[in-house]
Amino acid sequence: MAKGENLADTIRMLDAYANAIVIRHSLEGAAKFATEVAESPVINAGDGSQNHPTQAMLDLYTIWREFKVIDGLSIGILGDLKYARVVNSLVQALSYYKVRLHLISPELLRPRQELIEFMNSRGMKYDWTDDPYNVIGDLDVLYVVRIQRERFPDPMEYEKVRGAYRVTPKLIERGKPSLIILHPLPRVDEVDFAVDNMPQARYFRQAGLGVPLRMALLKLVLAGDRS
Amino acid sequence: MSGKRELIISKIRDGVVIDHIPAGRALLVLRLLGISGREGFRVALVMNVESRKLGTKDIVKIEGRELTKDELNLVALVAPTATVNIIRDYEVVSKFKVSIPDVVEGLLKCKNPRCITNQQREPIRSRFRVISREPLKLVCEYCGTIHELGDIEKYFGLA
Repeated sequence: MAKGENLADTIRMLDAYANAIVIRHSLEGAAKFATEVAESPVINAGDGSQNHPTQAMLDLYTIWREFKVIDGLSIGILGDLKYARVVNSLVQALSYYKVRLHLISPELLRPRQELIEFMNSRGMKYDWTDDPYNVIGDLDVLYVVRIQRERFPDPMEYEKVRGAYRVTPKLIERGKPSLIILHPLPRVDEVDFAVDNMPQARYFRQAGLGVPLRMALLKLVLAGDRS
Repeated sequence: MSGKRELIISKIRDGVVIDHIPAGRALLVLRLLGISGREGFRVALVMNVESRKLGTKDIVKIEGRELTKDELNLVALVAPTATVNIIRDYEVVSKFKVSIPDVVEGLLKCKNPRCITNQQREPIRSRFRVISREPLKLVCEYCGTIHELGDIEKYFGLA
């Protein structure tokens, strides 16, 4: 899109070239708009700070692989709950299960009204704290998201919250032995490198599962559920 | 209407009378219908008059402009109590209460500057789904941003 063409034209062109379109775009609603323009199936691979559904599928798949169940788990989501699209999609996906959600973020990055209303409309059980130590002992999964500089409309707001939290071995040692740590990656400094070698760290395995998950999704989209 | 303390506004020949508008919202109703006053229609606007039903209310009379039922139902977004009288040759030919539509297309602009509908060069119109009528809440079908009455007032420059 570097030559100044609009999204609609780009999508029409891809539609003529390909059997399926995968779109990642910096603006919210771009993928939905693409579905209206294209005749081919469109997969949303991230639209601004709104949604990232394939990441959420992968997150659920990882949790299911680890625990063989999702219902009944206690899941903490730590980080930028206001602008991170993976949080919206993950919460939407988790709303199909009976989970306990602990939302953890600096005050400035609390979830937006839209997400709160969604959770309420689905009758989800959730609470919010600004300190991961308050809830770490209760968690089966700690899902960490980075604070994304590129999503902040105001750079000053970003400066206020950068480095506001950090997952360290000390925090993890307070958790259950079966606790797992997930992260959609890339990581900046919100997870200490020393955590990588702990048995709880699962984020690289999680990233690896993205390959078969997306292969399965593409197959489903292109060929249906025929095996 | 009679008596010295009452405002007298003449009957209209052909047009629409929007009555029972919550007090103070008449200007917003006109903006929402795209009427600025420069179009040349005769428009009468009465604000903050006594009403048995509402305590106080506004009334708008527009002469010479046809408004469809869909257009008039948009009035319900800001004036859910409004009633509409369609007038032809001084007679009321139909009368109805406005009702908030399920979807509002092309009327409002999404307040999220990063919403795809705010891109100038895309062939796209805004589209909102009404998720709550009291209090009013609309959600942008593209970016999911929730809009309330205050956002509509702001959009029409009347916050």
